[in-house]
Amino acid sequence: MTQERLDREIIAMRVARELQDGDVVNLGLGIPTLCSQFVPEGRTVVYHAENGVLNYGPMAEEGEEDADLTNAGGQFLAWVPGMAFFSSAESFAMIRGGHIDVSVLGALQVSERGDLANWMLPQRGIGNVGGAMDLAAGAKRTIVAMEHVDKTGAPKIVRECDFPLTGKGCVSLIVTDIAVLEITLGGLVLKETAPGWTPEEIQAETEPTLVIAPDLQEIVL
Amino acid sequence: MAIQKVVGSFEAAVADIPDGAWLMIDGFAGPGGTPQNLIAALRDHGAKDLTIISNTAGLASVIGFGTVPGDRPIDIGVLVDNQQVKKVIASFPVSPSPSRPTSFEKAYKAGKVELEVVPQGTLAERIRAGGAGIPAFYTPTGAGTMMAEGREVREFEGREHLLEHALKADFALLRGHRADAIGNVVYRGTSRNFNAVMATAAEVTVLEVDEIVELGDLDPEGIHTPGIFVDRVVRIP
Repeated sequence: MTQERLDREIIAMRVARELQDGDVVNLGLGIPTLCSQFVPEGRTVVYHAENGVLNYGPMAEEGEEDADLTNAGGQFLAWVPGMAFFSSAESFAMIRGGHIDVSVLGALQVSERGDLANWMLPQRGIGNVGGAMDLAAGAKRTIVAMEHVDKTGAPKIVRECDFPLTGKGCVSLIVTDIAVLEITLGGLVLKETAPGWTPEEIQAETEPTLVIAPDLQEIVL
Repeated sequence: MAIQKVVGSFEAAVADIPDGAWLMIDGFAGPGGTPQNLIAALRDHGAKDLTIISNTAGLASVIGFGTVPGDRPIDIGVLVDNQQVKKVIASFPVSPSPSRPTSFEKAYKAGKVELEVVPQGTLAERIRAGGAGIPAFYTPTGAGTMMAEGREVREFEGREHLLEHALKADFALLRGHRADAIGNVVYRGTSRNFNAVMATAAEVTVLEVDEIVELGDLDPEGIHTPGIFVDRVVRIP
């Protein structure tokens, strides 16, 4: 079998399988945004966007864009029945009060204990924290969707994050372009591999030592 | 507080903003909810050394965030360009794309403006606290990160929390949809964002609105910002 890195849509598809019927979900910028296209049939997910909308549906049709109806990524939404609008204070009360079931975020680095760094590249010297720290602290479950290594090939899953942290010990699952990994008290567990990848090859691109799951399998989509 | 809140021009609505004022200005990141006319009037008015509390430091004009194709929105970047800004307190201060820096990022790197980055929920809650007479509160957001630097840390329920202080301003410049003459306001869609909370936390709250309606035309069950928080309303022509 040929060894390939999964594309962004496939990563999003794998994350979407984690979303359960009735979950209230907040999707971050980048790969996480793509997840809404891949929620398994028969499951209804409620989307929350921190700019103040709950239960939003599809994107607006071309020509129907309205600056007063966007998600937190600035994408235009369609007007659909069942939406609710609210202020930023109420929106973050939902996040900080533990009312969001799943937050899906991108990351620059994740540590083996689930520390997340996703808001500032040190070399830029300035960054956008946005709602990431609130989501990391407040969502019931945080899933990271990202490429396994950075553009230089350096591991993004590390023993200790050296980039500024977004939250400590907040990440429970990491879905990358070569693996699915779970953060547990017993260590960083390799659960699934992309087609054609061996655990040794994934270990070579991961800084901390992996615990191989007894039921390790090829990624399930 | 005057009962009648309607003011005839944007110019008059910002005329008494002094140098050194603290301002809350709405805008999530796109033009929805941003008081573009009041920002333009403040640029023309020219008050300097402003401290601006806002979610971003001006993004839409550079990257087109949330901007309907063909629109050319004004944001607080024009105040930075006009050298009126001393400091920005924001959660999303710069462009997501380093290759397309905003006016603010250039000014920051040149040492011309100061920045305090605040997590977005902490920003909203600090403003809410400011409006509600709560001087400070504890939150787990930011514990164990750079945000903890210089802050009191206290454990509740086995978890670290940071002490965060309320934010207040001299003026809030906001964007509503419909208002009546006594300052009851309704917002539209996701443009409510920081508007509704900022309205509560400034000494003088000024809104530009699409429409000023007769008393009784707004459903009292559906008022988003009651008139007690509002001082001036200007209709967008």
